[in-house]
Amino acid sequence: MGSLLVAVYLRDLRLALRRRIEALLPIAFFIVAASLFPLGVGPEPQMLRQIGPGIVWVCALLAAMLSVTGLYAGDHADGSLEQMLLCEYGGLAAATAKAAAHWTVTGLPLVICAPLFGLAFDLPADAIAALVFSLVLGTPMLSLLGSVGAALTLGLRSAGVLLILIVLPLAIPALIFGTGAVAAVDGGQSAQGQFSLLGALLIFTTLTALPATAAALRISVE
Amino acid sequence: MADRIHWFTFAAPSRFYVLSGFLVPWLWAVCAVLTVVGLYVGFFVAPTDATQGEAYRIIFIHVPAAWMSMIIYLAMAGWAALGWAFNVRMAAMLARALAPTGALFTFIALWTGAFWGRPAWGAWWVWDARLTSELILLFLYLGYIALVEAIDDVRRADKAGALVAIVGAVNVPIIYFSVRWWNTLHQGASISMTAAPKMASTMLLAMLLMTLAFWAYAFAVVFVRARAIVLEREAEHDWVQELRRQGPPGRETFA
Amino acid sequence: MPSASALLRAATSDTPPRLRATGLACARGTRVLFRGLDFELGPGQLLWLRGRNGAGKTSLLKLAAGLAEPHEGRIDIDGVPARRAERQDRLVFVAHANALKDDLAAGEALAFLLRIHGRPFDGATLDAALDRLGILSRRDAPVRTLSQGQRRRVALARLAVEQRPTLWLLDEPFDALDTDGLSRVNAVLAGHLYRGGSIMLTSHLDLDTAVLHPIELDLDRASSLAKP
Repeated sequence: MGSLLVAVYLRDLRLALRRRIEALLPIAFFIVAASLFPLGVGPEPQMLRQIGPGIVWVCALLAAMLSVTGLYAGDHADGSLEQMLLCEYGGLAAATAKAAAHWTVTGLPLVICAPLFGLAFDLPADAIAALVFSLVLGTPMLSLLGSVGAALTLGLRSAGVLLILIVLPLAIPALIFGTGAVAAVDGGQSAQGQFSLLGALLIFTTLTALPATAAALRISVE
Repeated sequence: MADRIHWFTFAAPSRFYVLSGFLVPWLWAVCAVLTVVGLYVGFFVAPTDATQGEAYRIIFIHVPAAWMSMIIYLAMAGWAALGWAFNVRMAAMLARALAPTGALFTFIALWTGAFWGRPAWGAWWVWDARLTSELILLFLYLGYIALVEAIDDVRRADKAGALVAIVGAVNVPIIYFSVRWWNTLHQGASISMTAAPKMASTMLLAMLLMTLAFWAYAFAVVFVRARAIVLEREAEHDWVQELRRQGPPGRETFA
Repeated sequence: MPSASALLRAATSDTPPRLRATGLACARGTRVLFRGLDFELGPGQLLWLRGRNGAGKTSLLKLAAGLAEPHEGRIDIDGVPARRAERQDRLVFVAHANALKDDLAAGEALAFLLRIHGRPFDGATLDAALDRLGILSRRDAPVRTLSQGQRRRVALARLAVEQRPTLWLLDEPFDALDTDGLSRVNAVLAGHLYRGGSIMLTSHLDLDTAVLHPIELDLDRASSLAKP
């Protein structure tokens, strides 16, 4: 199982490197979408500072959801997924590897881009740090939850919208605690509580979403 | 082994069909009686509230609807899980039949919540913890319904729906807790549906009656829907062919 | 009078059958494709699944590969239910789809498949396998630049790496192959049978009966006899 995990993870990274433009599209979406908000609500710095963390989080959430739809579609279409599922614990290994690859290719760049918008919304330095840390804990959760959705909606016509409908409610706690952490730091308090909750949520999500994804893959491939 | 067989004999769709067909008219009757009595008690017998006047009476629909929306979600997830774990077709069909009714109750809870909020706090919608959680519950229902409708293969749809329902059920406490925390953080405790009027015993009676009425309604509607699903799915079996030959006795239509 | 099953006994009856189906039924959604299927496959035997489109040939292969749950009955590999066996050790499943990523080189794609199925290999083994299928010259070419027949050769090169007498499940292996490809694949299959391996395959093209000595299993006949 370990060799399958590493093999799939490295393969996915290699494939993303060979299609660099496509791999970075979610980040482009993130940047464009987040930039729309000042245009929509006005450039007043005080207000932007207040809603900034929320905007960054929601746009990161949407960018992650948009990019996760195709997580299994390619492998399903060319038969690679079936081959992976032949191995013992193949579903679990594939789910782990692909969620990790998705985070490396999409989540990590989002985390790196976040400080830019922290500056664009004129957040103080400690708030930006809190924002980045909350995304470090939150984006893996989005990849994990997105995997469950992608596995369930495999091969369906309106998979993208269905995935968003199913996964977004599940991502709400991460959104709340993530933005709550930044708000706490911005208000001069410690965000220890929120970060602990986020960490606990991340562990819980990892332990439940991966087996759920494996089960969903078996259901969808049958 | 004998016990196992005993349990699963009631899982036969044909038996369910016969049993539910017998029960449905009685359920409608019970529902009608309870609704009339419950609404009477709620709207005429229960005292006027000191702070909220007459407008509060909407809670006799709002609260039972909210309770039903949550109970039905758990029932739906439970039946779907049973159907998946033990490969029982009837359980999966019941889960599918429950979903639209649960979504309806959620919708009613949200609407009546708005009608309550307007006179009480001057706004059609407040983002308080319970209303927001109801809204998220509606999304969970819609997600389940959309997913099972989108999958053509019935067996795959049942299993996928079961997984979604279970994942939702497990996450509901987490979501509720996070939304409650979010609400207290941003608005303080002032605007909250939990600030319900002090419950006089007649008010409790009215809510109880309405809850039971909704329960009877839910059973009736879910049974009718489940019967339609059974006929559709078991169409190849002999007992369904036999029914078609005999002709429809009541409201059933074979589309 | 013919029973509702197609029974084939293993040639050597003291060895456990590689693959055995008992009362097997397969369903697609709510439609039952076939029912009451019994057969055994032993070492050195090749089973050729026949039947019209939609008869359940691919579904039967997937059941044998443990990728689907039987509607009724059971299917066992070496006595263990297919769904639960350590499948990657006991069998090789080459589906109709090639399982090759477009953006990988042919050699890389083959290496990936070998790696995830735990087949030890090195550069020389990989090259030898590609060479046996006559596709070594395209080892570093991206899969998307290969023709259908070339991709099929790369996909089947996995079989050339196999040393042990495992069970091979092949879905239309001869698809898109030219005469050279056909003869190479036949050689690989014959070699496997000679070593005591077993093969179950589907093919709408006629098999080279002289080289492969296939036993035929007609799913149309099995399903019509097995109607409830």
